[in-house]
Amino acid sequence: MLDELVELIRTAVVRLPTDVRAALEHALEAEAEELPKLQLRMMLENAACAEEHRIPLCQDTGVPVFFLRGEWEPGMEHLLAEAVRRATEEVPLRPCIVHPLSRSNTGDNTGVHVPVVHRLGHEEPRSITFMPKGAGSENCSAAALLSPSAGAEEIAEFVAEVVRRAGAKPCPPVVLGVGVGGTLEHAALLSKLALLQPLGSANSEPELAELEERILSRVNALGTGAMGFGGRSTCLGVHLLAAHCHTASLPVAVSVQCWAHRRATLVERAGRLEVVQP
Amino acid sequence: MELELPLERREVGRLRAGDVLCLSGTLVTARDRAHARALELGCAPVELKSIYHCGPLVRRARGGWEVVSAGPTTSARMEGYIGSMLELFGTTVVVGKGGFSEKARETLRDRCVYLAFTGGAGALAARAVRRVVEVHWLELGMPEALWVLEVKSFGPLVVAMDARGGSLYHR
Repeated sequence: MLDELVELIRTAVVRLPTDVRAALEHALEAEAEELPKLQLRMMLENAACAEEHRIPLCQDTGVPVFFLRGEWEPGMEHLLAEAVRRATEEVPLRPCIVHPLSRSNTGDNTGVHVPVVHRLGHEEPRSITFMPKGAGSENCSAAALLSPSAGAEEIAEFVAEVVRRAGAKPCPPVVLGVGVGGTLEHAALLSKLALLQPLGSANSEPELAELEERILSRVNALGTGAMGFGGRSTCLGVHLLAAHCHTASLPVAVSVQCWAHRRATLVERAGRLEVVQP
Repeated sequence: MELELPLERREVGRLRAGDVLCLSGTLVTARDRAHARALELGCAPVELKSIYHCGPLVRRARGGWEVVSAGPTTSARMEGYIGSMLELFGTTVVVGKGGFSEKARETLRDRCVYLAFTGGAGALAARAVRRVVEVHWLELGMPEALWVLEVKSFGPLVVAMDARGGSLYHR
């Protein structure tokens, strides 16, 4: 199991998922200006280079975040931490995890509540998704408790303002995960789960799919562009998940993800574990 | 355009926002903590004329160090230090990503150029690193240490903020 978990981590940090590559290629075709085109070409070339040499495509191998689906034994957290330690040595990963105040680096990418482990539902097949979260983009993420009367237009405005203020910092073109409803922490978790959706897929509820589209076109009208050099490619995709909420509140959280939207999943099928990517 | 580091102020003044170039020579990585420490001490163990906003992923190899992945980090975090860095260390080249705010256009004027490398392109950046010359302040952690890197044709780098007030981020 440990070997498979290390392989899961390696795949995620080395190989850019096909859906992200396709979205970058599409953005490159749609782009007219030279400098943003150069950035998009570099991103694709970098992805190919990382895969060829089996090295992390970005030096920021992020905060390790796992999403567990189905029933996993109670000790899984320890095993995941052990896998992160081994991956830090073997892949390798950059030791990124520090104490929040002393800033002392633990050296092995683990710490109190790190790796972050989310246990979700009981669906089959059992799976473990790994999504390393880089800091450049995460520093641009935000949450707000909007007025309950705000509605779709104000939600779109809030998200667009988050991206406008972020400018070139989160390595655009970004991917946006948006959580709407629930409570503060639930909206934030939904925004991360939204990032696990296949890029380009739409929410099954027409009203929410329409809001995803509205946010995407608003954000791409900002003109930030690839690495902040202008043009059409500020955002590759918006994914939104919603929960019911209190009649007096409207929590909204947006997780900003860089173009290097890395993720991989270990799926259990017929007792065998297999690494898959979107 | 191929340029050899370090660059003198005169050379920096000739570059224009939008130019694309490659660098060869010595680059020193520095992030938040290295900036803070250098300014607190008023000195550094190595020349800081050419700074790379980068926290590289490095591993031990053949008795030395090997850079595995080394793209730029977000420069905005270091903006508060940049004026003092130019004063104290005569920095003429800063490589990073995302740029500085509008205010920094005046700070850089006549002294320093800001070059952007594609964020996230850590694998490509590492290919341009010929060797790790030395490392200082490793006790700050791998990402925050001063890594002295010898680079060859590192680029393409975009002149994103020039020394004449020009900026691709503020058009």
